[in-house]
Amino acid sequence: MSKKIVLMGNPNVGKSVVFSRLTGANVISSNYPGTTVDFSKGKMRFEGETYEVIDAPGTYSLEPSNKSEKVASDLLNDADIVINVVDSTNLERNLYLTLELLEKDIPVVIALNMWDETKHIGINIDEKKIRKLLDARVVPIVALTGEGIRELVNNIKKAKTSNIVKPTSEEGRWIEIGKIIKQVEKIEHKHHSLKDKISDITIKPLTGLPIAIGIIFSAFWIVRLIGENLITYIFEPIFENLYRPLITNFGNFLGDGFLYKFLISQEFAQIDFVESLGMLTTGLYVPIAMVLPYIIAFYFMLSLLEDTGYLPRLATLVDNIFHKLGMHGYGIIPVFLGLGCNVPGMLSTRSLETRKQRLIAATLLSIAVPCMAQTSLIFAMFSDEKIEGTLQFPPIIYILMVFTTLLIVYFVVGIILNKFVKGESPEIFLEIPSYRVPHFKTTLKKTWMRVKWFIKDALPWMFFGVLVINILYTIGVISYLAHLFKPIMTGLFGLPGETSIVLISGFLRKDLAVGTLLSFETGTFNAMQLVIVATILTMFFPCIATFAVMIKELGIKDMIKAALIMISAATIVGIVLRIILIGV
Amino acid sequence: MKKKTVPLMRLHKGEEAQIIAIRGGFGFQRKLRVMGIREGKKVKVLSRQPLRGPLTIQVGKCNMTIGRGMAHKILVEEI
Repeated sequence: MSKKIVLMGNPNVGKSVVFSRLTGANVISSNYPGTTVDFSKGKMRFEGETYEVIDAPGTYSLEPSNKSEKVASDLLNDADIVINVVDSTNLERNLYLTLELLEKDIPVVIALNMWDETKHIGINIDEKKIRKLLDARVVPIVALTGEGIRELVNNIKKAKTSNIVKPTSEEGRWIEIGKIIKQVEKIEHKHHSLKDKISDITIKPLTGLPIAIGIIFSAFWIVRLIGENLITYIFEPIFENLYRPLITNFGNFLGDGFLYKFLISQEFAQIDFVESLGMLTTGLYVPIAMVLPYIIAFYFMLSLLEDTGYLPRLATLVDNIFHKLGMHGYGIIPVFLGLGCNVPGMLSTRSLETRKQRLIAATLLSIAVPCMAQTSLIFAMFSDEKIEGTLQFPPIIYILMVFTTLLIVYFVVGIILNKFVKGESPEIFLEIPSYRVPHFKTTLKKTWMRVKWFIKDALPWMFFGVLVINILYTIGVISYLAHLFKPIMTGLFGLPGETSIVLISGFLRKDLAVGTLLSFETGTFNAMQLVIVATILTMFFPCIATFAVMIKELGIKDMIKAALIMISAATIVGIVLRIILIGV
Repeated sequence: MKKKTVPLMRLHKGEEAQIIAIRGGFGFQRKLRVMGIREGKKVKVLSRQPLRGPLTIQVGKCNMTIGRGMAHKILVEEI
């Protein structure tokens, strides 16, 4: 059996970067604590031996205070060797975990990461002395550039348990750390840097709030800009000029019939990439040409924001608002991740400390935060030529109606949940990392990893979804369902019976639902009805992937509660919107 | 003159003081200590958010945001 190496360290010290360096595997890392909430596994070969490397979530000590820290301390039990990744710019605090690790009967190698930063901010560390004082292997590294990684690997085999560090009390560890720091660290005083100044104005409420609003708006504006341009200049031309002739020929080769209907189009020789509902037309076009460009744009922007270290500052600024919703400022992180895809958003709720906070964060996320796949199609829907002709106002007005409603829902449901969900809402306690200039290559790589994940995840579901819808159409289930739910849809929400089909496909994937919506004949839905459908579609239920993660994170009992909240909230909001937008 | 002891909460933006005691449960105290908030350390208030929002403080080279309740439990002494 191969030996297990576990990477342990405080949050935001770069464990995931070290992990990538050791295994060649790609994992997401960011400049804020709590990016790794679960562990990742990888393999490393060295001198003919294979090691299993495990990247643990960050923890400050071995006595866990939240779910992801618990994961970390549990991982330690099967470790053969520990690499303790330390932030050299914060040596004193990091040493607490180091001592706890050395007290155990496991060989430890200490990796002093961010070694280059120490020079910049005027810290001098004598690593040889640390080695002597702790009786452990110590290697200075710069994980981002790869400096020192080879040396680190060379030391893994030589790692042994410390003969000096003995189990002691918490008090004892601090005394020990005090002694060590005195001998190994010298700090020169440096003047305020530009980074400190930027940090200051982005966290002061007076300047910080306008800056936050500015950053969020420009972020979304840039996402839209990049997304639209990718579509117009790259993805659409590829589909229209290269793919269309190909698929038309293939269609002619197949001839009209059963296969043609499934693969290409319901109607022979009429290919509309959005409406044909063929697996090779709509099944590819919607995820690739309509959604993917926005996914790329969004994740590029998110990765940039993450790597600079801005998000914890944003969490600080919105903390007082999130308190009214039963969470604290960190609750903004699941929202940001969820705007890309609700699945990683759900996972990030683990960094919240109590069940109450996690339940509220997860429920609100699935109710009121549309993922990028859905958002991009809401944008596409109101700019669709067929629909644009029927609009009274510019498309952006309708889009704003949807998003404003969702924002209001987020707050109102949050305030209500805060009142009724039992449990504690602890206060924010969050480390604010220094700003870092994003490493452009790393940002691009991270964007690419997330995009790849989307493709892997989205394409099979889209195929499957289109197939299911196709079959249901063919055997007449769709018209039956439309008929069955017509009283609810028409009676409550003033919508055509077809809406039920949209909602059902929404359970498979939200973007599939909007695609289904677009495939109906012109005039089936008017603009106001589209606003209502888009809103209900976001709220009534998460897609199947999110649903699965929610069950795992919340447990069945809380999931049922969350589902009931979603369905009732969606119903109420649907009725209210109907009254406001259409009239009774 | 005897030095005045106040909760960290009372410090204004930009003020600096020395931590002399942490109140509260054992788990809470440890949570603060492992993040570097310990007796004897110097602490500076970098910002205070309005509407009972949190404080951002600097301890050593480290910045962190803490809630007001916590800031009440950290006792400091002017330097």
